[in-house]
Amino acid sequence: MTNPATYHPSPGLWVLAWRRLIADRIAVISMIVVAAFLLLTAGSMSGLIAANWNDEVAIGYAKPGFVAEPKVASRNTAAQVGPVVAAENPPGRVIDPLATELAELRASLGQKVGSGGTAPAAGVPPVGLDLGDIKVIDPIAKEFADALAEAQAEGRKERVDTLPFGADKWGHDVILKTIKGSETSILVGLAAALVATVIGTLLGAIAGYYGGWIDDFFNWFYNIFTAIPYLLLILAIAAVLNQKGVTTIVLILGLTGWTGIFRLVRAEYLKHRSREYVQAADAIGASNFRRMFVHIFPNVSHVSLVQLSVHAVGFIKSEVILSFLGFGVPVDKVSWGSMLGEAQNELILGYWWQLAAATLAMAVLVTAFSMFTDALRDALDPKIK
Amino acid sequence: MTLLQTDNTMTRHDTLLSVRNLRVSFRLDKHTLFDALKGISFEVAREQTVALVGESGSGKSVSSLAVMGLLPKDNASVSPDSEILFAGCDLLRLDPAAMRQMRGREISMIFQDPMTSLNPLFSVGSQIAEVLRLHKGMNRSEASRRAIALLDEVGISDPGQRATSYPHQLSGGQQQRVMIAMAIACEPKLLIADEPTTALDVTIQKQIIELVANLRRKHGMAMLWISHDLAVVGEIADRVVVMRSGEVRENGSTQDIFENPQDAYTRALLLCHPPLDARPRRLAVIDDYVDGTGPSAENRINVQRGSSPNDTPLLEVTGLCKNFEFREGLFGKRVLRAVKDVSFTLHRGKTLGLVGESGSGKSTVGLTIMRLHQATAGEIRFEGKNLLAMSPREQMPFKRRIQIIFQNPYASLNPRFTVGDILMEPMRIHRIGANDAEREKLSLTLLDRVGMPALTFRKYPHEFSGGQRQRIAIARALSMQPDIVICDESVSALDVSVQAQVLNLLQDLQDEFKMSYLFISHDLAVVKYISDRVMVMNQGEVVEVADSDEIYRSPQHPYTQNLLHSIPRGWQHPQ
Repeated sequence: MTNPATYHPSPGLWVLAWRRLIADRIAVISMIVVAAFLLLTAGSMSGLIAANWNDEVAIGYAKPGFVAEPKVASRNTAAQVGPVVAAENPPGRVIDPLATELAELRASLGQKVGSGGTAPAAGVPPVGLDLGDIKVIDPIAKEFADALAEAQAEGRKERVDTLPFGADKWGHDVILKTIKGSETSILVGLAAALVATVIGTLLGAIAGYYGGWIDDFFNWFYNIFTAIPYLLLILAIAAVLNQKGVTTIVLILGLTGWTGIFRLVRAEYLKHRSREYVQAADAIGASNFRRMFVHIFPNVSHVSLVQLSVHAVGFIKSEVILSFLGFGVPVDKVSWGSMLGEAQNELILGYWWQLAAATLAMAVLVTAFSMFTDALRDALDPKIK
Repeated sequence: MTLLQTDNTMTRHDTLLSVRNLRVSFRLDKHTLFDALKGISFEVAREQTVALVGESGSGKSVSSLAVMGLLPKDNASVSPDSEILFAGCDLLRLDPAAMRQMRGREISMIFQDPMTSLNPLFSVGSQIAEVLRLHKGMNRSEASRRAIALLDEVGISDPGQRATSYPHQLSGGQQQRVMIAMAIACEPKLLIADEPTTALDVTIQKQIIELVANLRRKHGMAMLWISHDLAVVGEIADRVVVMRSGEVRENGSTQDIFENPQDAYTRALLLCHPPLDARPRRLAVIDDYVDGTGPSAENRINVQRGSSPNDTPLLEVTGLCKNFEFREGLFGKRVLRAVKDVSFTLHRGKTLGLVGESGSGKSTVGLTIMRLHQATAGEIRFEGKNLLAMSPREQMPFKRRIQIIFQNPYASLNPRFTVGDILMEPMRIHRIGANDAEREKLSLTLLDRVGMPALTFRKYPHEFSGGQRQRIAIARALSMQPDIVICDESVSALDVSVQAQVLNLLQDLQDEFKMSYLFISHDLAVVKYISDRVMVMNQGEVVEVADSDEIYRSPQHPYTQNLLHSIPRGWQHPQ
């Protein structure tokens, strides 16, 4: 038997690949970046960080701390830079610049149904709405007014007018929103890539291994599938599933994204099924299943692994596009795509920080992930280099 | 140093190429430097053929690449005190542009594999013409006329027509002729031939050797011939340089090397290839010569092989046919008849050799018996039962009893399995041994039997050399206690010294377990050495079957005669 004194465990191919990977400086850096993003995602999923992203902590479109200027004071008497408690301002006055005009308008219209009261207020923050005129006809007007006053009082207490990276329309902290958004984006990217890889690998393995009419059938299926324009297919499936949600996006992307992986894995199986080690397995009496998954699969799994990684990057981007187009996550969720979607309108007004935050986060993650994928491919298959 | 001195006695003006103290090292990764050449020296005189001979890893190809200035720039480094003098000019210190001029015009090269060396997108005529236009400044029509003349010179029939052919339309031998035409197009002073006949069949090899030798004489070129095959070298070279692990072991005239080798390694190399005229019980291996004694007298005794009337038949193949069908066009089919009506009998404990050139269908026969290919027609009776009529389930118990050892030990072992898994998997499938502990014990016995240490059990195939891997593959076949082992070119990919070890092992195992071998090979000497009976195949048909000594002594069929005639005989003492 083996002598423990002289026996050194020998490295398998996976161990060797791992050693090559960690010897690559770029791979290590990109792995750290990706791991940091995954940690953020895990933290936000477990509620440790960014659980309170939905709190309206600042005024709408609060500027990032590093660009805030005294100009802000024109709308707010609190002229200091930095987090300012604005509670000392008389309620309603400062915030509603049309208050005087509104009062005059009301006087001229008399005591009619006060719907007109809201119209001029459009475009100003709703907190400044004076509801004095609808009290008479609205049975819950008093409760509403009380609740509003309370909310205003409370909100006012905490609302700041600058944040480290600004705020969105409702005053959410953009940094927290980006972290929360990463949860959706990364989760969708990874889960969809996993679904696509499993489908692609399984079908590719069957088609490539058996060949013949089975291969023909899957190729026929694949050709029909890829003949439909990709985006239209996604939108059609989105329309059929008819419900928004993370699961839906994962399914849409996963069910449409397997085709490339299918081709690659099929080609690998075609190549490997006639290799001598597979013939040798046949010669010793190994079953088809055994040859496919015990013998061949470990030798082609690096293809699937790299594809998983490539597709995760792709699907993170696809989720962003879907959410941007409005087919993505529901409104109560936040993702980088929905942030970009919001930024579309904000940009015209000069509020660039939401766009910047989402884009920056995505660019860093996608770049790091892509570089990691390249390094992974090199490590798993050093002959390609 | 003595070698160098002997060479220096040669008249100076005669020397065309002089390699002095050439050291080349390759950077494998950050921390490992591999010394491919450890300071070698040799000389090539004008109009002389010098052969570099050695096994894989000896550095013979690296030497030729260094002379051509084709070493990979990113990881190869040549020691500063090395010199490669070509007609008095140091090639290592030439700038890249001048070196490019030198290549093709003064020094040119033929490679092992013509298929990958020719560009598949251009006709062969235009590829030869390109060389002429580049180096000789000929215009288009002049160059193409010269290209046709060159094709004629290298013995291609109908050269005008052939010049417009693409590489895939030519056979391997014709492709190599085209490569030679390209190499001699500019009438170089030195022709480097790197294993130019290794990928070719033995009959084609003979033609190419003769062609190159004639061209060398006609054009007054010097030639550096790189080969692992001493027999070929003995026919063509004037001087032989024997290399091993980046060092020159012996350097001398061909006659000296073959008749009076000084170095133990040279002696071993000469003897480890199976001789055609004798059958020693064991082949010589390098280890026998390390102490300088050679193989023991007992092992030098010739053994008898052949059939006898009381042999018991084990496997009877009758009328075996195998067709491959290819789709052609939309509905068309093209049928390739790889095996045509082959019948033979394999007897218990005997070896049947199956010889043929590439495309003869010999491997297909082996794979069809294993049912790795489905036979088109015929019967394969194993102990009287027709294997081809069985369902896969019925065949399972028989599968164990017929095993195969493939050609390429790098491809036939699953790289993701440990050796232990490789050996235990068949036992698990066939329920040999009660549990894994018992199977492990059996595997260790097998490893010991094929001469591998017990530590092998937990290692992966990539940690072993080709010969060691082939031993593992043999152990895997043995793990099922087969009655028949099909050796499909099982020793063809191995170096001669390793080949001898594996052949010895196969013989020992046959004596011990009384297995029958179907030994498939293109190497007639190996087949003759190991077989009792030999079957010769050509284009899917059996042309001759006879006892092995018989067939070598008096071949009946013209094809067999031609085949035997083509075997390189090595150095023949001038009568």
